[in-house]
Amino acid sequence: MSPFWIMIATLALAVLGYLLGRSRSIRLAGGDTRALHSRPGYHGWNVALFTALPALLLLAGARLFHAPGWVAPAALVLALAGLGLSLSRTTPQFRARNSVERVIRGVLVVCALIAIATTLAIVLSLVFESARFFQMYPWQDFFFGTEWTPSFGGGSKLGMLPLLWGTLYISLIALLVAVPIGLYAAIYMSDYASPRVRSVVKPAIEVLAGIPTIVYGLFALVTVGPLLRDWIAQPLGLGSGGSSVMTAGVVMGMMLIPFVSSLSDDIINAVPQSLRDGSLAMGSTHSETIRQVVLPAALPGIVGAILLAASRAIGETMIVVLGAGAMAKISPNPFEAMTTITVKIVGQLTGDNDFASPETLVAFALGLTLFVMTLGLNILALYIVRKYREQYE
Amino acid sequence: MTDATTPRPHPASPAAPVRRSLLIEDARTKRRNAAERRFRAYGVVAIGLAIAALVFLLFTIFRDGSSAFFQTYARIPVAIEAQVVDPAGNRDPAEMQKVLTMGYGKLLDNALAAYVEENGIQIEGLSERDLSTFFSAQGRADLRNAVLADPALVGTVIEAPVMTSSRVDGMFKGRVSRDSAARDAKTSVAQYELAMAMEKQGDLQTRFNWDFVTSTDSSDNRPEAAGLGVAILGSLYMMLIVLVLSLPIGVAASIYLEEFAPKNRLTDAIEVNISNLAAVPSIVFGILGLAVFVNFVGLPRSAPIVGGLVLTLLTLPTIIISTRAALKAVPPSIRDAALGVGASRMQTMFHHVLPLAMPGILTGTILGLAHALGETAPLLLIGMVAFVTTYPSAPPEGFLDPASALPVQVYNWTQRADPAFFERASGAIIVLLAFLLAMNLLAIYLRRKFERRW
Repeated sequence: MSPFWIMIATLALAVLGYLLGRSRSIRLAGGDTRALHSRPGYHGWNVALFTALPALLLLAGARLFHAPGWVAPAALVLALAGLGLSLSRTTPQFRARNSVERVIRGVLVVCALIAIATTLAIVLSLVFESARFFQMYPWQDFFFGTEWTPSFGGGSKLGMLPLLWGTLYISLIALLVAVPIGLYAAIYMSDYASPRVRSVVKPAIEVLAGIPTIVYGLFALVTVGPLLRDWIAQPLGLGSGGSSVMTAGVVMGMMLIPFVSSLSDDIINAVPQSLRDGSLAMGSTHSETIRQVVLPAALPGIVGAILLAASRAIGETMIVVLGAGAMAKISPNPFEAMTTITVKIVGQLTGDNDFASPETLVAFALGLTLFVMTLGLNILALYIVRKYREQYE
Repeated sequence: MTDATTPRPHPASPAAPVRRSLLIEDARTKRRNAAERRFRAYGVVAIGLAIAALVFLLFTIFRDGSSAFFQTYARIPVAIEAQVVDPAGNRDPAEMQKVLTMGYGKLLDNALAAYVEENGIQIEGLSERDLSTFFSAQGRADLRNAVLADPALVGTVIEAPVMTSSRVDGMFKGRVSRDSAARDAKTSVAQYELAMAMEKQGDLQTRFNWDFVTSTDSSDNRPEAAGLGVAILGSLYMMLIVLVLSLPIGVAASIYLEEFAPKNRLTDAIEVNISNLAAVPSIVFGILGLAVFVNFVGLPRSAPIVGGLVLTLLTLPTIIISTRAALKAVPPSIRDAALGVGASRMQTMFHHVLPLAMPGILTGTILGLAHALGETAPLLLIGMVAFVTTYPSAPPEGFLDPASALPVQVYNWTQRADPAFFERASGAIIVLLAFLLAMNLLAIYLRRKFERRW
């Protein structure tokens, strides 16, 4: 019997257990359910849970840890044992509801713990594989090397600096596009626009946030790249390729506009109206109020929003994979193709990998670097935003 | 205090000109009002730029991709010559299997040559190669399948629509012009002329192409036959897994955090983890999937189950955040009333609060699913870029079969050498956006229909 059918059989036993437990409790109470501590349904659920849960856990464990073949059928025996035991416990005095609620509460806790488990799994998998990488490749050369020339034959140079340069350069351009546009849009929407304009414009800008990044990637590759090349890079003699830092940066900036605008919109709206009223009463114009009162008051929150956008830009993958190119180099020219950490993670981990070679394992070290960078930015941003909120609450 | 009451001379008043009326702007007011207008204009420009970017993005995708839904077919008489397709002469399908698609290609070449002669089409420099590359390799395969399915066709002349090659197809979609045909190694001016002549006769038709949505991916040399079937099925399987796992787990976690969790270190740790996971780059989840589900647990690469699990972990934080908001929106009076008549906290939760919060939870879940549907990067790492030409079987076994996914298929096609695949990639995005639009509309509908003001 395959584990799948054992699972089905266990579930069938659980349904049977529910019916048996329910009818047994009613029978023991002599048909008068008021004599029971818990309602008959809880007695049924109690039997069903004790039948299914231990057996399903055993099955999952067996699958996860490659247990020998006899373990799976043992789950069925466990289910039967659970069925028998819990049925024999079913008496009118038995506190079935409390028992069921304890189990459910346990399940709820386990589900909530999945968040911690995920973080733990991410950190462990990154750290372990990175440790293996650093055993094969010196960490100084990885963090401070300026050359990225992997070759699976051996003798590859895996310096991270060119990738870090590309990542930061593209993120910077993206922020230069997204922050002014997003911020001015947010200011206009919160302080100038009529409710009707706002109700149309706000969702329209947020559509940009709902578009998958692969769409932006294709847009960069097919439309923006050739456009920038033909109209700016080639006439100025700066470059001849469609893939460039500028292409990826501009398109990523587009993607970040709604992110910046909706976050700053919230933050600007949180500035108390009394501050605005005070400034307007002193005779300052609307824009003077915003520039000299609202924005300084909202500044920490806006900085937090920009940091969150930066972390998003650093971790973005598909736009740079399709728009930035794959050449690892350090150059100040934004119309040259460069590459990022995320592009190289994809590059080193797609296709057939040999998980014993530094050329594959370097992806985990890159992932760890990326994770630490984005996590740091997020924590900093959340801290700043929280501090700011407290100020006005 | 006293400062405010003591009359003080205005510092600027001696030098300032005497103003006769508020209605006449002095120079300084003019400057300030101009600054005001400028500032306002920046806002309008910013919003205009954002919306223009959106419109331009959608416009180019639809311009490039809508032609993928149409395909040019030729309708010419094709003689199924018995000595080519059935050399043994006994109409036994098993024996006829031995004739490969190459043989059927010859039939189509002959048919096209006969057609040219019959209709008196005179084209300078029309070579044999122009004829043999006129039809798609898929056209031969279709013909072979038709004959193998019905051996009675052997020896007859049939007139079935035959798929043309991507270059001929492109001539009717504005992708290939007379000039570009001259420069292209895969087509020629003569082939262009032939296609135009056939179109004039009414023997070339462009019609809606369902195969693009249903058929499988195809190899590099026949972009015209590439379809989205496997990708749509793969995405569907993954969404199913994400829905089945993330909805119960997300709801359970939210209920615990919102209603039962004591204020302690553990709860704080969970809260911090959830908000951080929501901002972890998606590619890191791909690394997690590769390291844990593929390398450690040993699930097969490019299987929907692995993709589904990774996307579940990716969407859980979003679903938990929106579910908690929905639970919070149920007023405490409902809880108090249930507790007041003797319900346990669990009963209050599951019998009263949860049903009332359900519309909000579903809306959040659908939006989370829409996010997961468009996610690409983590799927690349778990091997979903593999070239798959067989449909995955029905669940549950199908969850372990190799499959593709819609956004990954787009990426896959952008990496092909033939530029005809770009049309397909844009077309695939239209399909993807259509799914996203449908999901978002459903979410909006649910919100409107069940929204309650307490």
